[in-house]
Amino acid sequence: MVQEATDNSRLIKLTVNGIEYERKVETRVTLVDFIRNELGITGTHVGCEHGVCGACTVMFDGQPVRSCIMLAVQADSHSVQTVESMSSGDQLHPIQQAFWENFGLQCGFCTPGFLLTVQDLLSRNPNPTDTEIREELSGNICRCTGYQSIIAAVKQAAIYMRQE
Amino acid sequence: MVSCLGQHNYMKIEHSKGIGESIKRLEDKRFLQGQGHYIDDLQLPDMLHAAVLRSPYAHATITNIDVDFALEQPGVVTILTFADLHSVKPIPIRLNPYGSLEPFLQYPLANKRVRYVGDPVALIIAHSRYQAEDVLDNIVVQYDPLPVNIDAEDKVSCPLHHDAKDNVASNFVQQKGDVVEAFNKAEHITKLRFTSGRHSGVPLETRGLIANYDATQEKLKVWGPTKVTHFNRGVLAHMLEMEEHTIEMIEPDVGGGFGVRGEFYPEDYLIPYAALMLKRPVKWIEDRLENLMACNHSREQIYEMEMALKKDGTILGIKVLLSNDQGGYIRTHGIIVPELSAAIFPGPYRIPNYRCEVRSVLTNKTPAGTYRAPGRYECNSSRERLLDLAASELMIDPVKIRSMNLIQPEDMPYEVGTESLGENIVYDSGDYPFALQEVVRLSKYEENRHVDHDNLSNKKVGYGIACFVEKTGLGPFEGARIEIDQTGAITVSTGAANVGQGLETTLAQIASSVLTVSPDSIQVLHGDTDLIPYGVGSFASRATVMAGSAVYYAAQKIRKKLLKIAAHTMNCQVEQLIISDGDICMIDHQDKRLTLTQVAQQSSPRNCPPDIEPGLDFTHYFRCNQMTFAHGATIVKVEIDITTCAIVPKHVWIVYDIGKAINPQMVKGQIEGGAVQGLGGALLEEFNYDPSGQLTSGSFVDYLLPTTTETPLLESKRLDRSPSTLNPIQVKGAGECGIAGIGGALANAVADALGDSGNNVNVLPITPEKVWQWLMPMQDKTN
Amino acid sequence: MKPAPFDYYDPDSVEEVLDLLQQYGDDAKILAGGQSLGPLLNMRLSTPQIIVDLNRVADLEYYKSDNTGLRVGAMTRQSTLEDDTNLRTTQPILAASIPYIGHRSIRNRGTVGGSVAHADPAAEWPAIMLALDGTILIRNTKGTRTVDASDFYVSALTTDLEPDEILVEIQLPNWVKTSGWSFIEFSRRHGDFAILGVAAYLTLENRRCTKSRIAIIGGGPIPIRTSKAESMLIGETISDALLKDVAEQASKELDPDSDMHASADYRRHLASVLVLSALQKATERANKSGGK
Repeated sequence: MVQEATDNSRLIKLTVNGIEYERKVETRVTLVDFIRNELGITGTHVGCEHGVCGACTVMFDGQPVRSCIMLAVQADSHSVQTVESMSSGDQLHPIQQAFWENFGLQCGFCTPGFLLTVQDLLSRNPNPTDTEIREELSGNICRCTGYQSIIAAVKQAAIYMRQE
Repeated sequence: MVSCLGQHNYMKIEHSKGIGESIKRLEDKRFLQGQGHYIDDLQLPDMLHAAVLRSPYAHATITNIDVDFALEQPGVVTILTFADLHSVKPIPIRLNPYGSLEPFLQYPLANKRVRYVGDPVALIIAHSRYQAEDVLDNIVVQYDPLPVNIDAEDKVSCPLHHDAKDNVASNFVQQKGDVVEAFNKAEHITKLRFTSGRHSGVPLETRGLIANYDATQEKLKVWGPTKVTHFNRGVLAHMLEMEEHTIEMIEPDVGGGFGVRGEFYPEDYLIPYAALMLKRPVKWIEDRLENLMACNHSREQIYEMEMALKKDGTILGIKVLLSNDQGGYIRTHGIIVPELSAAIFPGPYRIPNYRCEVRSVLTNKTPAGTYRAPGRYECNSSRERLLDLAASELMIDPVKIRSMNLIQPEDMPYEVGTESLGENIVYDSGDYPFALQEVVRLSKYEENRHVDHDNLSNKKVGYGIACFVEKTGLGPFEGARIEIDQTGAITVSTGAANVGQGLETTLAQIASSVLTVSPDSIQVLHGDTDLIPYGVGSFASRATVMAGSAVYYAAQKIRKKLLKIAAHTMNCQVEQLIISDGDICMIDHQDKRLTLTQVAQQSSPRNCPPDIEPGLDFTHYFRCNQMTFAHGATIVKVEIDITTCAIVPKHVWIVYDIGKAINPQMVKGQIEGGAVQGLGGALLEEFNYDPSGQLTSGSFVDYLLPTTTETPLLESKRLDRSPSTLNPIQVKGAGECGIAGIGGALANAVADALGDSGNNVNVLPITPEKVWQWLMPMQDKTN
Repeated sequence: MKPAPFDYYDPDSVEEVLDLLQQYGDDAKILAGGQSLGPLLNMRLSTPQIIVDLNRVADLEYYKSDNTGLRVGAMTRQSTLEDDTNLRTTQPILAASIPYIGHRSIRNRGTVGGSVAHADPAAEWPAIMLALDGTILIRNTKGTRTVDASDFYVSALTTDLEPDEILVEIQLPNWVKTSGWSFIEFSRRHGDFAILGVAAYLTLENRRCTKSRIAIIGGGPIPIRTSKAESMLIGETISDALLKDVAEQASKELDPDSDMHASADYRRHLASVLVLSALQKATERANKSGGK
């Protein structure tokens, strides 16, 4: 149905990290601004706001997307997962553990985007080659590590995930 | 010669716990779980949001600004222009201020004239960032365009600044020996003009600030500063005409620094100013388009070089005319970047006669400052390319021309004859020939280069070498305070900053090695001006060297006190005690021991013996007026498709000596991260301007950062052959060794791959199109 | 970098979409996958009064093959096609080109219709449409019409679509088994828009070329087929010398721009190099698939 655009706000209902939220939101607000500023879930980072750097990657209905170039209203009746969904309590997700052990992060700003991208990669391809890892991660920019340790972390994570 | 103050009792590692071990980083757990606190993660009640109106012109006079209509728009609280700023001052220089540079300083908002695209013109404060941006187009600014200068070598351009006769901000010479005589004696002269392109640090997190006036504490609080928080507090106090102690600067988690982040920029004044004026919290988060035009650029330099040699390749002397493109203003770095270029240009080589004339010139571009290995990435690239060109002309192997001219270990300490940052450049230690041999061995350069050259396909392989010396551990001091509370909890506080490099871990490792506790039991606080009265910060690869040494001495002080109190409690002599696994025990009866917590309880004012001052709280300021120099050598292997001219870096080898590593894996990360940033500047990243001064690579679509697919294999090897004698932990800084040599090595590798056309290689970044142009004359001949 | 205000509609049927376009015309902007429009909104390079979001129109998200060819609904995500391994044999050139479109997270949102209609001269889909003689199904409130891809691209970022129309489906004829193909892109980084790219499609019968398509992206304001170069192949037996001449001709038919990533001359050079490799590869594949 066509909703009358009487003002520029909408009531939306969505699930983030398993919790259902209902909020009124201005239609022009990006998904990442909504998650961070309205819901206060700040693990997802804003790096470029034009869909290039990958820092804002979230899972949208289970698939990684760039939340800086989506609107919050588009998430109405959908489900979103952020980096906060990965670990349970103090128990790191195997991918997080592998990044930690392999020094796959420095400043940590790009890390949430990388972790979710890797989670998706390993769900589709549990034993990726170096070339596949490089191609799959090429949409996420890290300015600190030079990527070697990230690639090592992904290989380690793949082993952990296969063992589970 | 001024050395580091006091005698060093070099660290005796009683327990290896901590130092030299690649423990997992202590800060990572929060980053991995999305629990870091970066500036934009912080929200204060009642907070307002700022946006900056920036000049769309590269050079223009502002004839009028009309904000009336904009002020009436929804959500707008106020709009500030230059005229609204009360007793505003220009932003002062942080490093080596020269009075002669004052006419070129930047005011927080443009005063009747804009000098680059992005120059701040007005500040909008609104209830949301969305609303603040809504009125950017509603502020009516009348610009009267002026002639635009985007060429640092253009000598007859329109002066950018009223008080200046031309655009040369600074013109100076560094020299040693007699260059004229050297060229008279020359058997061969090699000439090269080499250009380093404009690029920058571009941290993944953009800048951001929150300022709030806390009426109960009568204190202005500013969240978001980093790198040099104590210095910036002084600048802000000066500019706002406040007492320094009424301002607190608080460093959040920081998403990368690389030299550009944390300097005092216009917004660092504007946001606190607005918060004070409105008595409400104000937040400003730089967006990426702003970041690429507002945050310091770097690297744009042109080197006109001449080198006098003997036929055998011995260097007799070098002459350099260095043009530095400074952009529209002199910012906090003054002219330190080209000064460092001139000072470090001789690099690891014996150059008996040297003259470098520097011209730092204002242009209508974003102002330039420091970026990881400032001045050295550029001068090393230029010098190493010059060496390969000379080797090619004299038909000498690139390894040989380097080996025969390198400074030898017995020459140490070696006085270069140049100066920078107020210090004579004196290399303290290092075995430069060994580093070169090692990288040649590691890369199998001798074996593979000829095999790869004989390959007849369209893919041409080349190897390039660069040797480098890196200045690290800049003084004059850094402090650390260590506190053990009565529960035994250990806290280290320092004025150095954590810009993402892992300072919390390295400092905890150093403290833990003295106190024999687990590093993860130590909390490290940093970057808040209220933690410690004096601080310098994190730049010039200094944090581990300077803050690490301060932590080491402060930990020694606290250790001594722990032993004293334990001796009293255990009724024995201090000499009978050691500290082991965090407990204080008797050397001869190790079962007789007190835990750290027990001793901490005994140190409280309630329990402490009357003749001992209670408390476990020590501060040490480590002072040093001499830099400690790391060094190394880099080899890059590239593959060039001579049909498309695609350039693929295949492999990088870096051998480096930083004396000693606190955490080897973290050091390796610094090397690899620096190397890839350097490859970015050598192949992909460039701020381009059109003739009207518009930045044409102002987004991540056009400013190309390297990703996993553009990154080659990196192999690095750390040598621990030349421990620093200037600090007790014997370390040199590691942060800039990965990037220092890679531009030159890459350029040389491309030249090597291009064979007869290789001598054309004279610029960074090297794009496929440039390779095509260099190859074209050859192809025309063969056609 | 925050979008300017707009009125937002997200109807769930094509009819409602068309009604809105009928009503608002030029004031409305269609939001499909948003991977190009999203950045433009954030940068305020696009400030439409009305946004009509197609993401809730389930009827536009499908693809099906039959004996006439492949039909793909406009809102089909790139990653949906990427994950269908059958397409690698039934539409090999299409399957090969999809991984070049941005990155996985872009392809999860990005749509076929959006990519075809956005008409970026450096994007992959327009080249595929041209090389494969694709057609475009367009609707407005009055009815539907079909346009050949070769007539669809008008000028830079401009197509044959009227303000009251939407692209609802693209159609690709079935793959001719005795054909060979190649898709080559040259960019500075993996996943970037091409500096230059080539889609080549050759059909051989009895060693002679009976059909040739050379579509080039990044070679001008619109994606183009180099028709003179194509016609040089028809009826000929393929030789390396011929392919070189064809490649030279193809590069002459371009009207490339100079920008910071590449000059017009270098783009022409790349065209001659890439067209040659693409044709060589296509010939090799055609020979293997029995088109000798």
